[in-house]
Amino acid sequence: MSERVLAEQISRELLLTYYKKLLELRLFELKVQELYRNGRLPGFVHLYVGEEAVAVGVCSHLESADLVFSTHRGHGHALAKGVPARVVLAELWGKVTGSSGGRGGSMHMYAPEYGFMGTNGIVGAPIPLATGAALSAKLRKQSQVVVCFFGDGAVNSGSFHEAVNLGAVWGLPVVYVCENNLYATEMALSRATKNTSVASRGAAYGMSGVEVDGQDVVAVHEAAQAAIQCARQGGGPTLIECKTYRYVGHHEGDPGTDYRTREEVQEWKQRDPVKLARKRLLDSGMADESELQSADQEVERLIDTAVEFADQSPEPSAESVNEHVF
Amino acid sequence: MSEQGRVITYADAGVEALRDEMRRNDSIVYIGQGIGPRGGNFRQTRGLWKEFGDDRLRDTGICELGATGAAIGAAMAGTRTVVDEVFLDFALEAITQIVQQAANISYMSNGKIKAPVVIRGAMGSVRSAGAHHSHTFYNWFANTPGLKVVLPATPYDLKGLFKTALRDPGPVAVIEHKSLYNTKGIVPEEEYLIPFGDARIVRAGNDLTIVAMSRMVDLAAKAAAALAEQGVSAEVLDPRTIVPLDRHKITTSIKKTGRLVVIDESPSYCSFAGELLAIAVEDCFDELHVSPKRICSLPVPNPFSPVLENQMIPTVDRIIGEVNDMMKQSRRRH
Repeated sequence: MSERVLAEQISRELLLTYYKKLLELRLFELKVQELYRNGRLPGFVHLYVGEEAVAVGVCSHLESADLVFSTHRGHGHALAKGVPARVVLAELWGKVTGSSGGRGGSMHMYAPEYGFMGTNGIVGAPIPLATGAALSAKLRKQSQVVVCFFGDGAVNSGSFHEAVNLGAVWGLPVVYVCENNLYATEMALSRATKNTSVASRGAAYGMSGVEVDGQDVVAVHEAAQAAIQCARQGGGPTLIECKTYRYVGHHEGDPGTDYRTREEVQEWKQRDPVKLARKRLLDSGMADESELQSADQEVERLIDTAVEFADQSPEPSAESVNEHVF
Repeated sequence: MSEQGRVITYADAGVEALRDEMRRNDSIVYIGQGIGPRGGNFRQTRGLWKEFGDDRLRDTGICELGATGAAIGAAMAGTRTVVDEVFLDFALEAITQIVQQAANISYMSNGKIKAPVVIRGAMGSVRSAGAHHSHTFYNWFANTPGLKVVLPATPYDLKGLFKTALRDPGPVAVIEHKSLYNTKGIVPEEEYLIPFGDARIVRAGNDLTIVAMSRMVDLAAKAAAALAEQGVSAEVLDPRTIVPLDRHKITTSIKKTGRLVVIDESPSYCSFAGELLAIAVEDCFDELHVSPKRICSLPVPNPFSPVLENQMIPTVDRIIGEVNDMMKQSRRRH
């Protein structure tokens, strides 16, 4: 479906909401990058810059009780599921006000109160977990849906095969969303596997596989809507492959240019998800420049507030180190 | 132990614990291979499928990684689960989910997410099962913060400990021993729970303390009976759970006897037996008459040949011989 036709089916209000959320994810990550480079944040971070349309387009269909399982590149998923930016940032800062009280950090942050079942430091690991959570939802006979995000790096792991197969044979209410950004760290998908169409693998498990333009929030919105509705109504899982790209290196500190060309990065930036949404709002006359400028300022304030909150939050007490092991 | 008990097998004691708890808590789901209509490779789920059906006794294909992860994910989402690896060896296919996800989740989430999952598997050597089906690596699990480790040695303990595991808020590894499934013992029909961290005094004695786990408990008891005839009074303790550990009862016994021998089916290097020796040195140094001793399997992969396998695993005779050697040693001078 063309961008123009899709745009007509989405309301001004929703598209403006999407735009603000995309910008929130973008500005959040750029702020994290700045703080990290200035030595303010401990640990390691994997930034979501360039892939925002996937999280936003998928999570917009989820209820608060629905569950999301995420990856090492998961700040955007947390924000899109509704975890407040200040809580995510405080966790990245190792502060007691963070979603895991500073015990988790970037790759181990959990906010079940928002249906966010965690980022994960182990590639592939969330896929069996999400499948099990969907089994739980099905057995509890609730209309809860589970979404599992993972990268193209996960699809050649045993976890993907074993879990997606179980999800399909048990007809579970889960949506498997592959964020195909073409590289698993430095490993190009085309070097890792002969069949680079992740969506085509759905057929191997007897489930539908859908390929989507992951830079276009409206395209993701459409595909996710169908898949989530199907899962919620007992139709079983769907595999969605979102074609996307990270503008940054694998992790902060990796220039990301040893294994891909600057031209390729620039080419992808031409179809930037934030700019595309903004352009669509302006071109369709749904919003004018001044409205968008005030939206931009609103998001900037949100991020500034989050930084202030996280920066001023206390560290956990050293004596609490033994708490919550069991 | 209740006078009301009947004599049943270790396998049936496990079935009874599951049946009780699955009736009591209708959210419990059991996942594994051959655990449905087949009733389990070791008869460890016999009859349960008939009562609880496909939804709650979920047979899977051969996919320990996916199935274990799914059991953990279901537990994180509020469904209590048991995942049966059948042979503990096969848990290695799923070790990342057990160690990285289940054991860590409470801590990583600041206590907000629990994973009430029982990881069940049968360990140990039995009738030349060979190197791929005989491992006893429970000490690896015990070295993983966040994971409880249960080693039932008798039908009575299996029922009581399994029921406790099925009410525990976090991940528990319930590790049975393959060669114990057909052993019999008195098991009450009525409800009882055995708390974790409560060692059992298998036999009281004054001259030395023998600590043994799982199948080695029976060997230790037999050795102690033979030693009694020779005039050596051995106290035999079974920790029953090694995480949490009943450190108090074990050290009290060591302080009383001044001598410690640990019988462990794992190889000695970096073993749980080594941990018990460390505890003895840390807590009972002044009371020890002689150096503590561990009797473990030899550090070789489990051999197929019965001759070689018997050579590898501790035996009653080896225990008696080692204890006699120890009793000949004079007391430390303080």
